[in-house]
Amino acid sequence: MKKLITVIGILSLSFTVMLSVFAAKTITIKGSDTLLILGQRWAEVYMNQNPGVVIQVTGGGSGVGIAALINGSTDICEASRSIKSSEIDKLKERFNTTGVEILVARDGLAVYLNEENKVSELTLEQLKGIYTGKITNWKELGGVDAKIVLYGRENSSGTYVYFKENVLMGADFASQTQTLPGTGAIVNAISRDRYGIGYGGAAYAKGVKYCKVKKDAQTPGYEPTLENVKNGKYPISRYLYWYLRNKPTGEIKKLVDFVLSEQGQQIVSKVGYFPVK
Amino acid sequence: MENLKTIEKKHQSEFVISKKRFRLSEFIIEKVIFLSSFFAILGVILIFVFIFREALPVFTSPEVKKEASLNLFFSTVTWQPISDDPRYGLIAIIFGTFKVVVVALFFAIPISVGAAMYTSEFAPLKLKEFIKPIVEILAGIPSVVLGFFALMVMASFFHSIFHSTMRLNAFNAGVALSFAIIPVIYSIAEDALNSVPRSLKEASLALGANRWQTAFRVSLSVAMPGVLAGIILGLGRAVGETMIVLMASGNASMLSANIFDSVRTMSATIAAELGEVVHGSAHYNVLFFIGASLFIFTLIINSLAQLVVGRLQRKLAGKI
Repeated sequence: MKKLITVIGILSLSFTVMLSVFAAKTITIKGSDTLLILGQRWAEVYMNQNPGVVIQVTGGGSGVGIAALINGSTDICEASRSIKSSEIDKLKERFNTTGVEILVARDGLAVYLNEENKVSELTLEQLKGIYTGKITNWKELGGVDAKIVLYGRENSSGTYVYFKENVLMGADFASQTQTLPGTGAIVNAISRDRYGIGYGGAAYAKGVKYCKVKKDAQTPGYEPTLENVKNGKYPISRYLYWYLRNKPTGEIKKLVDFVLSEQGQQIVSKVGYFPVK
Repeated sequence: MENLKTIEKKHQSEFVISKKRFRLSEFIIEKVIFLSSFFAILGVILIFVFIFREALPVFTSPEVKKEASLNLFFSTVTWQPISDDPRYGLIAIIFGTFKVVVVALFFAIPISVGAAMYTSEFAPLKLKEFIKPIVEILAGIPSVVLGFFALMVMASFFHSIFHSTMRLNAFNAGVALSFAIIPVIYSIAEDALNSVPRSLKEASLALGANRWQTAFRVSLSVAMPGVLAGIILGLGRAVGETMIVLMASGNASMLSANIFDSVRTMSATIAAELGEVVHGSAHYNVLFFIGASLFIFTLIINSLAQLVVGRLQRKLAGKI
Protein backbone atom coordinates (compact mmCIF):
# COMPACT_ATOMS: atom_id res chain seq x y z
CA MET A 1 0.00 0.00 0.00
CA LYS A 2 2.80 2.34 0.97
CA LYS A 3 4.53 1.50 -2.27
CA LEU A 4 1.43 2.29 -4.24
CA ILE A 5 1.13 5.69 -2.60
CA THR A 6 4.75 6.54 -3.36
CA VAL A 7 4.32 5.43 -6.95
CA ILE A 8 1.21 7.57 -7.33
CA GLY A 9 3.00 10.44 -5.65
CA ILE A 10 5.96 10.22 -8.00
CA LEU A 11 3.71 9.90 -11.01
CA SER A 12 1.61 12.93 -10.14
CA LEU A 13 4.72 14.92 -9.31
CA SER A 14 6.36 14.15 -12.63
CA PHE A 15 3.06 14.89 -14.34
CA THR A 16 2.87 18.36 -12.84
CA VAL A 17 6.50 18.99 -13.76
CA MET A 18 5.76 17.94 -17.33
CA LEU A 19 2.65 20.09 -17.41
CA SER A 20 4.51 23.16 -16.22
CA VAL A 21 7.20 22.59 -18.85
CA PHE A 22 4.62 22.31 -21.60
CA ALA A 23 2.61 25.18 -20.24
CA ALA A 24 5.61 27.51 -20.56
CA LYS A 25 5.30 29.39 -23.82
CA THR A 26 8.04 28.42 -26.24
CA ILE A 27 9.10 30.87 -28.92
CA THR A 28 11.40 29.60 -31.64
CA ILE A 29 13.81 31.87 -33.46
CA LYS A 30 15.79 30.55 -36.42
CA GLY A 31 17.90 31.95 -39.20
CA SER A 32 21.01 33.95 -39.96
CA ASP A 33 24.28 32.89 -38.39
CA THR A 34 25.26 36.56 -38.31
CA LEU A 35 22.37 37.28 -35.97
CA LEU A 36 22.82 34.14 -33.90
CA ILE A 37 24.89 35.69 -31.09
CA LEU A 38 22.60 38.68 -30.89
CA GLY A 39 19.47 36.53 -30.85
CA GLN A 40 20.89 34.44 -28.03
CA ARG A 41 21.74 37.51 -25.93
CA TRP A 42 18.27 38.94 -26.39
CA ALA A 43 16.74 35.61 -25.47
CA GLU A 44 18.88 35.26 -22.34
CA VAL A 45 18.00 38.69 -21.01
CA TYR A 46 14.33 38.37 -21.94
CA MET A 47 14.00 34.96 -20.31
CA ASN A 48 15.61 36.31 -17.13
CA GLN A 49 13.01 39.05 -16.99
CA ASN A 50 10.09 36.79 -17.96
CA PRO A 51 10.60 33.41 -16.30
CA GLY A 52 7.50 31.87 -17.89
CA VAL A 53 8.86 32.11 -21.43
CA VAL A 54 11.22 29.73 -23.19
CA ILE A 55 13.01 31.00 -26.29
CA GLN A 56 14.94 28.68 -28.58
CA VAL A 57 17.46 30.35 -30.87
CA THR A 58 19.13 28.43 -33.67
CA GLY A 59 21.21 29.40 -36.69
CA GLY A 60 21.57 27.81 -40.08
CA GLY A 61 21.59 30.81 -42.39
CA SER A 62 19.10 33.39 -43.56
CA GLY A 63 17.66 31.15 -46.27
CA VAL A 64 17.21 28.28 -43.84
CA GLY A 65 15.39 30.61 -41.44
CA ILE A 66 13.07 31.94 -44.13
CA ALA A 67 12.37 28.40 -45.33
CA ALA A 68 11.48 27.50 -41.74
CA LEU A 69 9.15 30.52 -41.55
CA ILE A 70 7.47 29.38 -44.76
CA ASN A 71 6.94 25.80 -43.64
CA GLY A 72 5.81 26.93 -40.20
CA SER A 73 8.57 25.40 -38.10
CA THR A 74 9.68 28.68 -36.55
CA ASP A 75 7.87 31.66 -35.04
CA ILE A 76 10.49 34.25 -35.81
CA CYS A 77 13.06 34.23 -38.61
CA GLU A 78 16.31 36.12 -38.33
CA ALA A 79 17.78 37.23 -41.64
CA SER A 80 20.81 39.21 -42.73
CA ARG A 81 19.18 39.94 -46.09
CA SER A 82 15.70 41.09 -47.01
CA ILE A 83 13.17 38.47 -48.02
CA LYS A 84 12.99 37.69 -51.75
CA SER A 85 9.77 38.15 -53.67
CA SER A 86 9.76 34.44 -54.53
CA GLU A 87 9.84 33.67 -50.83
CA ILE A 88 6.97 36.08 -50.14
CA ASP A 89 4.98 34.29 -52.84
CA LYS A 90 5.51 30.97 -51.10
CA LEU A 91 4.49 32.52 -47.77
CA LYS A 92 1.32 33.81 -49.40
CA GLU A 93 0.58 30.39 -50.81
CA ARG A 94 0.94 28.65 -47.45
CA PHE A 95 -0.34 31.18 -44.95
CA ASN A 96 -2.07 33.84 -47.03
CA THR A 97 0.16 36.56 -45.62
CA THR A 98 3.01 38.66 -46.95
CA GLY A 99 4.90 38.47 -43.67
CA VAL A 100 6.01 41.23 -41.34
CA GLU A 101 9.47 42.76 -41.60
CA ILE A 102 11.11 44.28 -38.53
CA LEU A 103 14.47 46.06 -38.69
CA VAL A 104 16.24 44.96 -35.52
CA ALA A 105 19.84 46.08 -35.99
CA ARG A 106 22.41 47.42 -38.43
CA ASP A 107 25.60 45.69 -39.33
CA GLY A 108 28.72 47.00 -40.97
CA LEU A 109 30.15 44.26 -43.15
CA ALA A 110 33.79 44.47 -42.12
CA VAL A 111 36.78 43.65 -44.27
CA TYR A 112 39.48 41.96 -42.21
CA LEU A 113 43.22 42.07 -42.76
CA ASN A 114 46.07 40.49 -40.87
CA GLU A 115 47.50 42.84 -38.26
CA GLU A 116 50.91 42.78 -39.93
CA ASN A 117 49.57 43.83 -43.30
CA LYS A 118 50.90 47.23 -44.38
CA VAL A 119 47.77 47.94 -46.37
CA SER A 120 45.01 49.41 -44.22
CA GLU A 121 42.77 51.25 -46.66
CA LEU A 122 40.96 49.99 -49.73
CA THR A 123 38.37 51.51 -52.03
CA LEU A 124 35.24 49.63 -52.99
CA GLU A 125 36.66 49.42 -56.52
CA GLN A 126 39.87 47.79 -55.21
CA LEU A 127 37.88 45.34 -53.10
CA LYS A 128 35.94 44.36 -56.18
CA GLY A 129 39.19 43.91 -58.12
CA ILE A 130 40.64 41.75 -55.34
CA TYR A 131 37.66 39.46 -55.04
CA THR A 132 37.05 39.07 -58.76
CA GLY A 133 40.69 38.09 -59.23
CA LYS A 134 41.88 41.15 -61.18
CA ILE A 135 44.20 42.31 -58.40
CA THR A 136 46.27 39.37 -57.17
CA ASN A 137 49.29 40.92 -55.45
CA TRP A 138 49.53 43.20 -52.41
CA LYS A 139 52.20 45.13 -54.33
CA GLU A 140 49.51 46.63 -56.52
CA LEU A 141 47.85 48.09 -53.43
CA GLY A 142 50.97 49.54 -51.83
CA GLY A 143 51.83 46.49 -49.76
CA VAL A 144 54.61 43.93 -49.91
CA ASP A 145 55.24 41.69 -52.91
CA ALA A 146 53.05 38.75 -51.98
CA LYS A 147 50.01 37.03 -53.39
CA ILE A 148 46.66 37.99 -51.93
CA VAL A 149 44.92 35.04 -50.28
CA LEU A 150 41.16 35.37 -50.53
CA TYR A 151 38.78 34.10 -47.87
CA GLY A 152 35.03 34.20 -48.14
CA ARG A 153 31.83 32.51 -47.03
CA GLU A 154 30.00 29.55 -48.52
CA ASN A 155 27.45 30.49 -51.15
CA SER A 156 24.64 29.43 -48.81
CA SER A 157 25.40 32.38 -46.54
CA GLY A 158 23.54 35.71 -46.53
CA THR A 159 26.87 37.46 -46.08
CA TYR A 160 28.11 35.91 -49.35
CA VAL A 161 25.09 37.21 -51.22
CA TYR A 162 25.35 40.65 -49.62
CA PHE A 163 29.04 41.04 -50.45
CA LYS A 164 28.50 39.79 -53.99
CA GLU A 165 25.69 42.24 -54.64
CA ASN A 166 27.04 45.30 -52.88
CA VAL A 167 30.79 45.08 -53.34
CA LEU A 168 31.25 42.90 -56.42
CA MET A 169 28.14 44.48 -57.97
CA GLY A 170 26.88 41.05 -58.98
CA ALA A 171 30.15 39.79 -60.48
CA ASP A 172 31.39 36.31 -59.58
CA PHE A 173 33.95 35.61 -56.90
CA ALA A 174 37.35 34.51 -58.20
CA SER A 175 37.66 30.73 -58.21
CA GLN A 176 40.65 30.84 -55.85
CA THR A 177 38.46 32.29 -53.10
CA GLN A 178 38.60 29.88 -50.21
CA THR A 179 35.21 29.41 -48.64
CA LEU A 180 35.12 28.68 -44.96
CA PRO A 181 32.17 27.61 -42.85
CA GLY A 182 31.49 30.66 -40.71
CA THR A 183 32.87 34.12 -40.00
CA GLY A 184 34.75 32.80 -36.97
CA ALA A 185 36.74 30.46 -39.22
CA ILE A 186 37.58 33.32 -41.58
CA VAL A 187 38.79 35.58 -38.77
CA ASN A 188 40.83 32.72 -37.38
CA ALA A 189 42.40 31.99 -40.77
CA ILE A 190 43.33 35.63 -41.39
CA SER A 191 44.83 36.03 -37.95
CA ARG A 192 47.27 33.28 -38.95
CA ASP A 193 47.72 34.25 -42.59
CA ARG A 194 49.75 37.41 -43.16
CA TYR A 195 48.51 37.91 -46.71
CA GLY A 196 44.89 37.01 -46.17
CA ILE A 197 41.81 39.14 -46.65
CA GLY A 198 38.26 38.29 -45.65
CA TYR A 199 34.87 39.75 -44.88
CA GLY A 200 32.17 39.24 -42.28
CA GLY A 201 30.25 40.84 -39.43
CA ALA A 202 31.87 43.67 -37.50
CA ALA A 203 31.26 41.88 -34.21
CA TYR A 204 33.69 39.07 -34.87
CA ALA A 205 37.08 40.72 -35.38
CA LYS A 206 39.56 39.38 -32.85
CA GLY A 207 43.24 39.13 -33.68
CA VAL A 208 42.71 40.81 -37.05
CA LYS A 209 42.40 44.43 -38.05
CA TYR A 210 39.56 46.19 -39.80
CA CYS A 211 40.35 47.51 -43.23
CA LYS A 212 39.26 51.11 -43.74
CA VAL A 213 36.91 51.22 -46.67
CA LYS A 214 36.66 54.18 -49.04
CA LYS A 215 33.70 54.79 -51.28
CA ASP A 216 36.08 55.97 -54.01
CA ALA A 217 39.66 57.23 -54.31
CA GLN A 218 38.79 60.79 -53.24
CA THR A 219 36.81 60.19 -50.07
CA PRO A 220 38.53 59.27 -46.81
CA GLY A 221 38.40 55.68 -45.54
CA TYR A 222 36.25 54.68 -42.59
CA GLU A 223 36.38 51.81 -40.15
CA PRO A 224 33.13 50.03 -39.37
CA THR A 225 32.60 51.83 -36.06
CA LEU A 226 29.25 52.63 -34.48
CA GLU A 227 29.38 56.24 -35.56
CA ASN A 228 30.45 55.58 -39.13
CA VAL A 229 27.81 52.95 -39.72
CA LYS A 230 25.08 54.99 -38.04
CA ASN A 231 25.69 58.12 -40.07
CA GLY A 232 26.16 56.14 -43.27
CA LYS A 233 29.79 57.07 -43.87
CA TYR A 234 30.96 53.46 -43.83
CA PRO A 235 30.10 52.22 -47.30
CA ILE A 236 29.32 48.55 -46.63
CA SER A 237 26.51 48.44 -44.13
CA ARG A 238 23.25 46.57 -44.04
CA TYR A 239 20.15 46.09 -41.99
CA LEU A 240 19.46 42.92 -40.06
CA TYR A 241 15.87 41.71 -40.01
CA TRP A 242 13.35 39.72 -38.12
CA TYR A 243 10.54 38.22 -40.14
CA LEU A 244 7.21 37.08 -38.76
CA ARG A 245 4.27 35.52 -40.51
CA ASN A 246 1.67 37.85 -38.99
CA LYS A 247 1.50 41.02 -36.96
CA PRO A 248 2.99 40.06 -33.60
CA THR A 249 0.58 39.43 -30.75
CA GLY A 250 0.87 38.34 -27.14
CA GLU A 251 4.23 37.00 -26.03
CA ILE A 252 5.89 37.52 -29.41
CA LYS A 253 4.82 41.15 -29.49
CA LYS A 254 6.30 41.64 -26.03
CA LEU A 255 9.57 40.13 -27.28
CA VAL A 256 9.65 42.35 -30.36
CA ASP A 257 8.97 45.41 -28.20
CA PHE A 258 11.79 44.38 -25.93
CA VAL A 259 14.20 43.96 -28.86
CA LEU A 260 13.36 47.44 -30.17
CA SER A 261 13.43 49.01 -26.69
CA GLU A 262 16.41 50.95 -25.43
CA GLN A 263 17.57 47.94 -23.42
CA GLY A 264 17.29 45.63 -26.42
CA GLN A 265 19.21 48.01 -28.62
CA GLN A 266 21.89 48.37 -25.94
CA ILE A 267 22.44 44.64 -26.23
CA VAL A 268 22.90 45.19 -29.98
CA SER A 269 25.76 47.61 -29.32
CA LYS A 270 27.27 45.35 -26.70
CA VAL A 271 27.41 42.40 -29.09
CA GLY A 272 29.13 44.60 -31.65
CA TYR A 273 26.39 45.49 -34.08
CA PHE A 274 24.71 48.83 -34.46
CA PRO A 275 21.32 49.98 -33.16
CA VAL A 276 18.65 50.83 -35.70
CA LYS A 277 17.80 54.18 -34.14
CA MET B 1 20.35 -53.85 -27.88
CA GLU B 2 16.63 -53.37 -27.78
CA ASN B 3 17.09 -51.30 -24.72
CA LEU B 4 19.41 -49.00 -26.56
CA LYS B 5 16.96 -48.59 -29.40
CA THR B 6 14.13 -47.64 -27.08
CA ILE B 7 16.36 -45.10 -25.41
CA GLU B 8 17.21 -43.70 -28.80
CA LYS B 9 13.57 -43.57 -29.75
CA LYS B 10 12.74 -41.93 -26.48
CA HIS B 11 15.38 -39.30 -27.16
CA GLN B 12 14.09 -38.76 -30.61
CA SER B 13 10.54 -38.29 -29.49
CA GLU B 14 11.68 -35.90 -26.79
CA PHE B 15 13.57 -33.98 -29.36
CA VAL B 16 10.54 -33.76 -31.61
CA ILE B 17 8.35 -32.60 -28.73
CA SER B 18 10.78 -29.97 -27.65
CA LYS B 19 11.06 -28.76 -31.24
CA LYS B 20 7.31 -28.47 -31.48
CA ARG B 21 7.05 -26.67 -28.20
CA PHE B 22 9.42 -23.89 -29.28
CA ARG B 23 8.25 -23.57 -32.79
CA LEU B 24 6.10 -20.46 -32.35
CA SER B 25 8.74 -18.37 -30.62
CA GLU B 26 11.34 -19.53 -33.10
CA PHE B 27 9.01 -18.65 -35.91
CA ILE B 28 8.48 -15.16 -34.51
CA ILE B 29 12.16 -14.59 -33.88
CA GLU B 30 13.05 -15.76 -37.35
CA LYS B 31 10.53 -13.40 -38.90
CA VAL B 32 11.74 -10.50 -36.76
CA ILE B 33 15.30 -11.11 -37.88
CA PHE B 34 14.13 -11.42 -41.45
CA LEU B 35 12.27 -8.12 -41.14
CA SER B 36 15.28 -6.33 -39.73
CA SER B 37 17.48 -7.47 -42.59
CA PHE B 38 14.69 -6.58 -44.97
CA PHE B 39 14.47 -3.06 -43.53
CA ALA B 40 18.21 -2.57 -43.86
CA ILE B 41 18.02 -3.51 -47.53
CA LEU B 42 14.88 -1.42 -47.99
CA GLY B 43 16.72 1.57 -46.50
CA VAL B 44 19.54 1.25 -48.99
CA ILE B 45 17.14 0.86 -51.90
CA LEU B 46 15.04 3.87 -50.83
CA ILE B 47 18.10 6.08 -50.46
CA PHE B 48 19.28 4.90 -53.86
CA VAL B 49 15.93 5.64 -55.48
CA PHE B 50 15.61 9.03 -53.78
CA ILE B 51 19.07 10.27 -54.74
CA PHE B 52 18.71 9.15 -58.34
CA ARG B 53 15.23 10.57 -58.69
CA GLU B 54 16.48 13.98 -57.56
CA ALA B 55 19.48 13.78 -59.90
CA LEU B 56 17.44 12.64 -62.89
CA PRO B 57 16.36 16.12 -64.17
CA VAL B 58 19.99 16.66 -65.16
CA PHE B 59 19.35 14.12 -67.92
CA THR B 60 15.67 14.59 -68.63
CA SER B 61 14.33 18.07 -67.84
CA PRO B 62 14.97 20.46 -70.76
CA GLU B 63 14.77 23.42 -68.40
CA VAL B 64 17.50 22.13 -66.12
CA LYS B 65 19.55 20.94 -69.07
CA LYS B 66 19.91 24.52 -70.29
CA GLU B 67 21.93 25.30 -67.16
CA ALA B 68 23.33 21.93 -66.25
CA SER B 69 23.80 18.86 -68.38
CA LEU B 70 26.54 16.27 -68.75
CA ASN B 71 28.08 18.32 -71.55
CA LEU B 72 28.10 21.50 -69.50
CA PHE B 73 29.58 19.75 -66.46
CA PHE B 74 32.71 18.97 -68.41
CA SER B 75 32.91 21.93 -70.77
CA THR B 76 33.59 24.54 -68.10
CA VAL B 77 36.05 24.57 -65.24
CA THR B 78 34.32 27.11 -63.03
CA TRP B 79 31.88 26.23 -60.30
CA GLN B 80 29.66 29.30 -59.83
CA PRO B 81 26.19 28.11 -58.90
CA ILE B 82 25.06 31.44 -57.39
CA SER B 83 25.56 33.76 -60.31
CA ASP B 84 23.65 35.60 -63.01
CA ASP B 85 25.19 33.06 -65.35
CA PRO B 86 25.34 29.91 -63.23
CA ARG B 87 28.02 27.43 -64.24
CA TYR B 88 28.40 23.96 -62.82
CA GLY B 89 31.83 22.81 -63.97
CA LEU B 90 32.64 19.55 -62.24
CA ILE B 91 36.16 19.07 -63.61
CA ALA B 92 37.89 21.07 -60.88
CA ILE B 93 35.77 19.46 -58.17
CA ILE B 94 36.35 15.88 -59.34
CA PHE B 95 40.03 16.54 -59.88
CA GLY B 96 40.24 18.19 -56.46
CA THR B 97 38.61 15.17 -54.81
CA PHE B 98 41.20 12.83 -56.28
CA LYS B 99 44.05 15.20 -55.47
CA VAL B 100 43.15 15.03 -51.78
CA VAL B 101 42.59 11.27 -51.92
CA VAL B 102 45.96 10.64 -53.57
CA VAL B 103 47.73 12.67 -50.88
CA ALA B 104 45.82 10.77 -48.19
CA LEU B 105 46.67 7.35 -49.68
CA PHE B 106 50.29 8.38 -50.20
CA PHE B 107 50.65 8.79 -46.44
CA ALA B 108 48.16 6.21 -45.25
CA ILE B 109 49.27 3.16 -47.26
CA PRO B 110 52.91 2.93 -46.14
CA ILE B 111 52.06 3.77 -42.53
CA SER B 112 49.11 1.42 -42.15
CA VAL B 113 50.55 -1.51 -44.10
CA GLY B 114 53.88 -1.07 -42.33
CA ALA B 115 52.17 -1.01 -38.96
CA ALA B 116 50.13 -4.09 -39.85
CA MET B 117 53.30 -5.94 -40.95
CA TYR B 118 55.03 -5.00 -37.75
CA THR B 119 52.23 -6.01 -35.41
CA SER B 120 51.48 -9.30 -37.12
CA GLU B 121 55.03 -10.43 -37.99
CA PHE B 122 57.58 -8.81 -35.74
CA ALA B 123 56.08 -7.29 -32.63
CA PRO B 124 56.21 -9.21 -29.34
CA LEU B 125 52.75 -10.18 -28.13
CA LYS B 126 52.61 -7.55 -25.39
CA LEU B 127 53.47 -4.72 -27.76
CA LYS B 128 50.98 -6.05 -30.29
CA GLU B 129 48.22 -5.98 -27.70
CA PHE B 130 49.18 -2.40 -27.00
CA ILE B 131 49.43 -1.10 -30.58
CA LYS B 132 46.33 -2.69 -32.05
CA PRO B 133 43.69 -1.16 -29.75
CA ILE B 134 45.32 2.24 -29.98
CA VAL B 135 45.22 2.29 -33.77
CA GLU B 136 41.61 1.20 -33.54
CA ILE B 137 40.87 4.10 -31.18
CA LEU B 138 42.00 6.35 -34.01
CA ALA B 139 39.03 5.04 -35.99
CA GLY B 140 36.74 6.26 -33.23
CA ILE B 141 37.83 9.89 -33.41
CA PRO B 142 34.93 11.84 -34.92
CA SER B 143 35.93 13.29 -38.27
CA VAL B 144 34.84 16.76 -37.19
CA VAL B 145 37.48 16.63 -34.45
CA LEU B 146 40.14 15.61 -36.97
CA GLY B 147 38.97 18.42 -39.25
CA PHE B 148 39.15 20.97 -36.46
CA PHE B 149 42.63 19.79 -35.54
CA ALA B 150 43.70 20.12 -39.18
CA LEU B 151 42.18 23.58 -39.46
CA MET B 152 43.73 25.01 -36.30
CA VAL B 153 46.96 23.13 -35.68
CA MET B 154 48.16 21.20 -38.72
CA ALA B 155 47.49 24.01 -41.19
CA SER B 156 49.69 26.42 -39.22
CA PHE B 157 52.37 23.77 -38.80
CA PHE B 158 52.58 22.95 -42.51
CA HIS B 159 52.35 26.64 -43.36
CA SER B 160 55.42 27.37 -41.28
CA ILE B 161 57.33 24.54 -42.99
CA PHE B 162 56.34 24.90 -46.63
CA HIS B 163 55.43 28.62 -46.73
CA SER B 164 52.77 27.87 -49.30
CA THR B 165 50.60 30.74 -50.49
CA MET B 166 47.46 29.06 -49.25
CA ARG B 167 47.34 27.92 -45.67
CA LEU B 168 44.44 25.56 -46.18
CA ASN B 169 45.23 23.27 -49.09
CA ALA B 170 45.00 19.78 -50.55
CA PHE B 171 48.12 18.63 -48.73
CA ASN B 172 46.78 19.67 -45.34
CA ALA B 173 43.39 18.04 -45.97
CA GLY B 174 45.04 14.92 -47.40
CA VAL B 175 47.23 14.40 -44.35
CA ALA B 176 44.24 14.88 -42.05
CA LEU B 177 42.26 12.45 -44.18
CA SER B 178 45.02 9.87 -43.90
CA PHE B 179 44.40 9.79 -40.12
CA ALA B 180 40.84 8.75 -40.88
CA ILE B 181 41.75 5.94 -43.25
CA ILE B 182 44.85 4.54 -41.53
CA PRO B 183 42.76 2.50 -39.06
CA VAL B 184 40.57 1.19 -41.90
CA ILE B 185 43.51 -0.10 -43.92
CA TYR B 186 45.40 -1.21 -40.84
CA SER B 187 42.71 -3.40 -39.33
CA ILE B 188 41.90 -5.19 -42.60
CA ALA B 189 45.54 -5.64 -43.57
CA GLU B 190 46.34 -6.91 -40.11
CA ASP B 191 43.53 -9.47 -40.24
CA ALA B 192 44.70 -10.64 -43.64
CA LEU B 193 48.28 -11.03 -42.45
CA ASN B 194 47.15 -12.87 -39.33
CA SER B 195 45.12 -15.34 -41.37
CA VAL B 196 48.16 -16.49 -43.31
CA PRO B 197 48.58 -20.13 -42.16
CA ARG B 198 51.41 -20.77 -39.73
CA SER B 199 52.48 -23.76 -41.80
CA LEU B 200 53.49 -21.49 -44.67
CA LYS B 201 55.65 -19.30 -42.46
CA GLU B 202 57.17 -22.32 -40.73
CA ALA B 203 57.95 -23.95 -44.08
CA SER B 204 59.64 -20.78 -45.24
CA LEU B 205 61.71 -20.51 -42.07
CA ALA B 206 62.59 -24.19 -42.30
CA LEU B 207 63.89 -23.68 -45.82
CA GLY B 208 66.37 -21.17 -44.46
CA ALA B 209 64.62 -17.87 -45.16
CA ASN B 210 65.03 -15.33 -42.40
CA ARG B 211 62.13 -13.54 -40.68
CA TRP B 212 62.44 -10.54 -42.95
CA GLN B 213 62.26 -12.64 -46.12
CA THR B 214 59.40 -14.69 -44.71
CA ALA B 215 57.42 -11.60 -43.77
CA PHE B 216 57.77 -9.93 -47.14
CA ARG B 217 57.99 -12.79 -49.62
CA VAL B 218 55.57 -15.21 -47.96
CA SER B 219 53.16 -13.51 -45.56
CA LEU B 220 52.71 -10.27 -47.46
CA SER B 221 52.35 -11.92 -50.84
CA VAL B 222 49.80 -14.44 -49.57
CA ALA B 223 47.87 -11.72 -47.73
CA MET B 224 48.17 -9.25 -50.61
CA PRO B 225 44.51 -9.47 -51.70
CA GLY B 226 43.43 -8.66 -48.14
CA VAL B 227 45.84 -5.75 -47.93
CA LEU B 228 44.56 -4.52 -51.29
CA ALA B 229 40.98 -4.83 -50.08
CA GLY B 230 41.90 -2.68 -47.07
CA ILE B 231 43.43 -0.06 -49.34
CA ILE B 232 40.38 -0.06 -51.59
CA LEU B 233 38.03 0.37 -48.62
CA GLY B 234 40.27 3.15 -47.34
CA LEU B 235 39.99 4.80 -50.75
CA GLY B 236 36.20 4.57 -50.56
CA ARG B 237 36.17 6.15 -47.13
CA ALA B 238 38.52 8.91 -48.29
CA VAL B 239 36.37 9.80 -51.29
CA GLY B 240 33.22 10.03 -49.21
CA GLU B 241 34.70 11.71 -46.14
CA THR B 242 33.20 15.16 -45.76
CA MET B 243 33.87 17.00 -42.56
CA ILE B 244 37.66 16.84 -42.68
CA VAL B 245 37.96 18.20 -46.21
CA LEU B 246 35.24 20.78 -45.60
CA MET B 247 37.25 22.24 -42.74
CA ALA B 248 40.83 21.70 -43.85
CA SER B 249 40.94 22.14 -47.61
CA GLY B 250 39.88 25.78 -48.07
CA ASN B 251 37.14 24.80 -50.55
CA ALA B 252 38.26 26.92 -53.49
CA SER B 253 37.27 25.21 -56.72
CA MET B 254 40.47 25.80 -58.63
CA LEU B 255 41.94 23.43 -61.19
CA SER B 256 45.64 23.13 -60.47
CA ALA B 257 48.13 20.32 -60.13
CA ASN B 258 49.85 21.99 -57.17
CA ILE B 259 49.02 20.09 -54.00
CA PHE B 260 49.60 23.27 -51.99
CA ASP B 261 46.62 24.96 -53.64
CA SER B 262 43.23 24.94 -52.08
CA VAL B 263 40.72 22.37 -53.37
CA ARG B 264 37.00 21.81 -53.29
CA THR B 265 35.85 18.19 -53.10
CA MET B 266 32.58 16.58 -54.17
CA SER B 267 31.44 15.68 -50.66
CA ALA B 268 32.32 19.10 -49.22
CA THR B 269 30.42 20.82 -52.02
CA ILE B 270 27.26 18.93 -51.15
CA ALA B 271 27.68 19.57 -47.44
CA ALA B 272 28.33 23.28 -47.87
CA GLU B 273 25.61 24.07 -50.38
CA LEU B 274 22.69 21.69 -49.93
CA GLY B 275 21.54 23.47 -46.76
CA GLU B 276 20.22 26.51 -48.54
CA VAL B 277 19.69 25.53 -52.14
CA VAL B 278 16.28 26.23 -53.65
CA HIS B 279 14.36 22.96 -53.77
CA GLY B 280 13.93 21.74 -57.34
CA SER B 281 16.36 24.20 -58.93
CA ALA B 282 19.14 23.16 -61.31
CA HIS B 283 21.65 23.72 -58.52
CA TYR B 284 19.70 21.31 -56.31
CA ASN B 285 19.66 18.65 -59.01
CA VAL B 286 23.36 19.06 -59.72
CA LEU B 287 24.17 18.55 -56.04
CA PHE B 288 22.18 15.33 -56.13
CA PHE B 289 23.96 14.33 -59.31
CA ILE B 290 27.25 14.71 -57.44
CA GLY B 291 25.78 12.68 -54.59
CA ALA B 292 24.68 9.95 -56.98
CA SER B 293 28.15 9.82 -58.55
CA LEU B 294 29.72 9.47 -55.11
CA PHE B 295 27.21 6.74 -54.26
CA ILE B 296 28.01 4.75 -57.41
CA PHE B 297 31.71 5.23 -56.95
CA THR B 298 31.77 3.96 -53.37
CA LEU B 299 29.41 1.12 -54.33
CA ILE B 300 31.83 -0.03 -57.02
CA ILE B 301 34.79 0.34 -54.68
CA ASN B 302 33.15 -1.62 -51.87
CA SER B 303 32.07 -4.45 -54.18
CA LEU B 304 35.56 -4.58 -55.62
CA ALA B 305 36.98 -4.91 -52.12
CA GLN B 306 34.56 -7.72 -51.32
CA LEU B 307 35.48 -9.51 -54.53
CA VAL B 308 39.15 -9.29 -53.64
CA VAL B 309 38.58 -10.58 -50.10
CA GLY B 310 36.49 -13.46 -51.45
CA ARG B 311 39.33 -14.41 -53.75
CA LEU B 312 41.76 -14.35 -50.87
CA GLN B 313 39.57 -16.64 -48.82
CA ARG B 314 39.22 -19.09 -51.70
CA LYS B 315 42.93 -18.94 -52.33
CA LEU B 316 43.75 -19.73 -48.73
CA ALA B 317 41.16 -22.47 -48.52
CA GLY B 318 41.76 -24.03 -51.91
CA LYS B 319 45.47 -24.05 -52.32
CA ILE B 320 46.37 -25.39 -48.94
